[in-house]
Amino acid sequence: MTAAVLAQVVPFERPPIDWHAVAPELVLLGFGALLTLLDAIYLERGRKFTSALAGIGFLAALVPVVTLAIDGADRSMFGGAYVVDNFALIMKALFLLSGYVVVLLSTNYVAEGDYWENEYYGMLVSSVLGMILMASARDLITIFVALELLSIPAYLMATWRKRDLRSNEAGLKYYLMGVFASAVMLYGMSLLYGVTGTTILADMAPTLNAGDSTAAVSLAIVFVIAGFAFKVSAVPFHTWAPDTYEGAPTPVTAFLAVASKAAGFVALVQLIFVGFWGRGDVYEPLMWGLAAASMTIGNLIALRQTNMVRMMAYSGIASAGYIMAPLAIAGVSGEVADEALRAVVTYLVIYAAMNLGVFAVILAIARKTQSAEISSYAGLFQYAPGLTVAMTVFLMALSGIPPFGGWWAKFAVFKALAAADTTAGWVLAVVAAVNSVVALYYYLSVLRTMWADDAPDGDVTPIRIPASLIAALGLTAVATMAFGVYPPLINNVADVTLLVGVGG
Amino acid sequence: MEFLEEWGLTLAIFLPLVGVAVMMAFPKSDEATHKVIALGTSLLVAAIGVALLFDFDFDRADEMQWAVSHDWIDIIKTQYSIGIDGMSLPLLLLTMLITPLVIIYSWNHFPEPHNPKAFLMLILVLHTGMIGTFVARDLVLFFVFFEVVLLPMFFMIAVWGGEDRRYASLKFFLYTLFGSALMLVSFLALFFLTGGDTFSITGLAEGVVSEGMSRNAQLWVFGGMLLGFGIKVPMFPFHTWLPDAHTQAPTQGSVILAAVLLKLGTYGFVRIAIPILPEAAVAWSPWIGLLAVIGIIYGALGCLAQTDMKRLIAFSSVAHMGYVMLGIATLTDWGINAAVFGMVAHGLITGMLFFVAGSVKERYHTLEIKRLGGLLLQAPRMGWILGFISMASLGLPGLAGFWGEFPAILAAYNPANGVPVGLFRVYMVIAALGTVLAAGYLLWLLQRTAFGEPSEEFANDPHITDTNREEWIAWSPLLVLILVFGLAPGLIFNVTDDAVDANISDCLSAGDLDSSVKGSFDVGLCEREGIDEALAALNVAIAEGEG
Repeated sequence: MTAAVLAQVVPFERPPIDWHAVAPELVLLGFGALLTLLDAIYLERGRKFTSALAGIGFLAALVPVVTLAIDGADRSMFGGAYVVDNFALIMKALFLLSGYVVVLLSTNYVAEGDYWENEYYGMLVSSVLGMILMASARDLITIFVALELLSIPAYLMATWRKRDLRSNEAGLKYYLMGVFASAVMLYGMSLLYGVTGTTILADMAPTLNAGDSTAAVSLAIVFVIAGFAFKVSAVPFHTWAPDTYEGAPTPVTAFLAVASKAAGFVALVQLIFVGFWGRGDVYEPLMWGLAAASMTIGNLIALRQTNMVRMMAYSGIASAGYIMAPLAIAGVSGEVADEALRAVVTYLVIYAAMNLGVFAVILAIARKTQSAEISSYAGLFQYAPGLTVAMTVFLMALSGIPPFGGWWAKFAVFKALAAADTTAGWVLAVVAAVNSVVALYYYLSVLRTMWADDAPDGDVTPIRIPASLIAALGLTAVATMAFGVYPPLINNVADVTLLVGVGG
Repeated sequence: MEFLEEWGLTLAIFLPLVGVAVMMAFPKSDEATHKVIALGTSLLVAAIGVALLFDFDFDRADEMQWAVSHDWIDIIKTQYSIGIDGMSLPLLLLTMLITPLVIIYSWNHFPEPHNPKAFLMLILVLHTGMIGTFVARDLVLFFVFFEVVLLPMFFMIAVWGGEDRRYASLKFFLYTLFGSALMLVSFLALFFLTGGDTFSITGLAEGVVSEGMSRNAQLWVFGGMLLGFGIKVPMFPFHTWLPDAHTQAPTQGSVILAAVLLKLGTYGFVRIAIPILPEAAVAWSPWIGLLAVIGIIYGALGCLAQTDMKRLIAFSSVAHMGYVMLGIATLTDWGINAAVFGMVAHGLITGMLFFVAGSVKERYHTLEIKRLGGLLLQAPRMGWILGFISMASLGLPGLAGFWGEFPAILAAYNPANGVPVGLFRVYMVIAALGTVLAAGYLLWLLQRTAFGEPSEEFANDPHITDTNREEWIAWSPLLVLILVFGLAPGLIFNVTDDAVDANISDCLSAGDLDSSVKGSFDVGLCEREGIDEALAALNVAIAEGEG
């Protein structure tokens, strides 16, 4: 019986695999496995090596990314479900470098906090693995697998301080909201599959554009986008972010705020530019509303914060609004779509540098003050002028003051909005411009506290910063300044197009 | 000289940053070194300025000289494009002069909480931003330098300022940034509506014509710039940040703010807004003129109500910048020449006023006018200096202030074509009345602070000494220049006139400065329109002839 059934089964034929194309994932997978193995064999004695090993893993995985970039050819596998193009490569490089900086941020924090180290780095590596997979995923199922692969370790990392109630709250909130969002998204995906009969994004667009079953299509697009809006913490799906950011260990917060958010945007961008291309009538108003609401509400609530990490959470919500803004006009024409995509990529890259920088400074200051309350930053200029200047650079970059990196990111967004030359685009540009000023208020308030106020208790002993934090600060500061002073640096890598299979 | 032509301006922009980098290498306690490095850097920049002055071809003042262009950000076709002409030269030299003087003045007068290293580094960063703004020929480059200025000034006020510094510094920053955000949107709109080819000022001006940008769009874009530059000037009703910032800033900050930073706004009008969008400028000019004269009167009345000397000077800035804006609003050769002169004169005079106010504050520890008095008895030289610059500030003929105000008022009598003449004559009368008020508040200030007997609490105060050495070194160049420019205004007018002609009058052809009677020269709103009209008239004539 069994033999008969087996005989009928078509022998499994392995689809051709381009090993070079999947090399970054494989290398990272290897290092993740190695970390787990090391933990299993050496137990506590392995602690010394894990953070270094994780760091090396990220850099090693960067090597095939670079060789792929030099090779330059677009590669597509599994019937178009997995694509390696310029967009995928730049985003992979971003994730890997962010992962590396997060390792630098974590090294002392995790080691000194008596946390489980080996598992921590194992989780970090697998989460980043999900992210670099996401950058290549052009298929609903691959996107979903990548999303879960990057999310589940992140839920765990958020609760890493397990004896701390806030950390538990952070993880639980993140987890519940994340699962809920996944469910909504999956429902949307099932509708998409029902309407189009395919999971490959590139094959989906023609059917979606055919104009049938409009209600189902609209519902599907709205649901899927809503799921990712949660991931990127866009208003009104942002409520988890402040609590999670505040409760989670600070390096994990940095990771969530930068890499995890970027991964959400990568998926969003792939869906909008490939899968939903041509259905701007559905997603554009939605993105417009999300972008305007995120910018405005994020900034307004940030004004009231007294805790630096919470403030950064709301500033991150506002930034999500800026990044989404170009997507609200992406469908105007192929040219505008390119412009919008470049703006998103530019913003994500620069945002990663400056935001990781802010968290590096927060971590460095917390080593002395044990606090992220803004009031505890008073007088920092007197005893830690270097950190004060670094924070000034990062916060001014975030608010978009030239010549610090962020101005170019904002400029790219404005440029995309202006290129669309539609009323919606212009109005959103003005909303973004006004919001830049609102944002400046809270960034400046922090700087004013650091520069102008006196240290509480007159305690002006200097801060001792470990080497890994200095390295993280240096990397992010140099990147932030370099992007700002010489923007062509970023233009050359951000010069990407998607729109595969649409011929846009 | 070839080296200078290629590198002179770039060096002037970035040398201060090199100075900052060098200062970073020395510890904070090594104060003398920091002072020497900062002063040396600023003097080096000033030396470049002098060299440029000698190399400047005054016969070609209408052209960009030492122009340099390199690719910068290809994707938006923006270039590192710098150069100066007769309109920017006086302002550039003013900047190069003021900075070393401020550093000299600071020598032994660092405000609390001291820290000369950080203070001087901020001044040098400011220097880079100010020079860069005056030489930029590309809007993105201009924008970058325009913003670079903000941060050092913010910290200067926030850290070294007075009691209310937290409020004042934030207000200053937010106001200016609000304006510049809208200004940036305007720049981008301009870029796209002219075909997205260039950010260079001349290129955009041509683009507006060749792409046939709609009048409505021009008006909006100009409106955005009006906000951005107007806040910086500051024009009524966007001036409220100024009295706070000036009052709270340390003396050095006030001087730089008054002498240079305010000019970035007015310079933006004459360099960018008007040459690129002349038609919109004509349409907006009645409103600009209105705000200008309101500023003149409001500023003067504000002065009369002040009890604090520094705040009074700040309000007088609002009034004086009102004259500059009135000159600009006339869109005539006269008016804009007067405006550029007014910028320089205001820089020298008000900078000087703030210097003196700072020195008074250092001696009396207060600037409350009613507690002061008898400066002429206690510190006679300083008292006379105050008298001298008060006279200059109220526009006494023979001193620099006169040549900024008088031609501006005169120009309002006969503004450019398309600008309502009747309305501007009303403005002229109001502005002229403003000079009376100016005399009133300045003389009253002088009377209350310099004349009379010293008040009891300061009568026998040994700290009240006369002008000291650093003050003399820092002040004498300014005092001399106020007199020189007052006696020989041609020194500036001759430089600016050709450039103003080239930038403004090419398209808003109006009377020339040399001709005492203007009006007969007017050929139309813009030369190109004039040509169009002439062609149309010609066609009609031909048609009639054929008929």
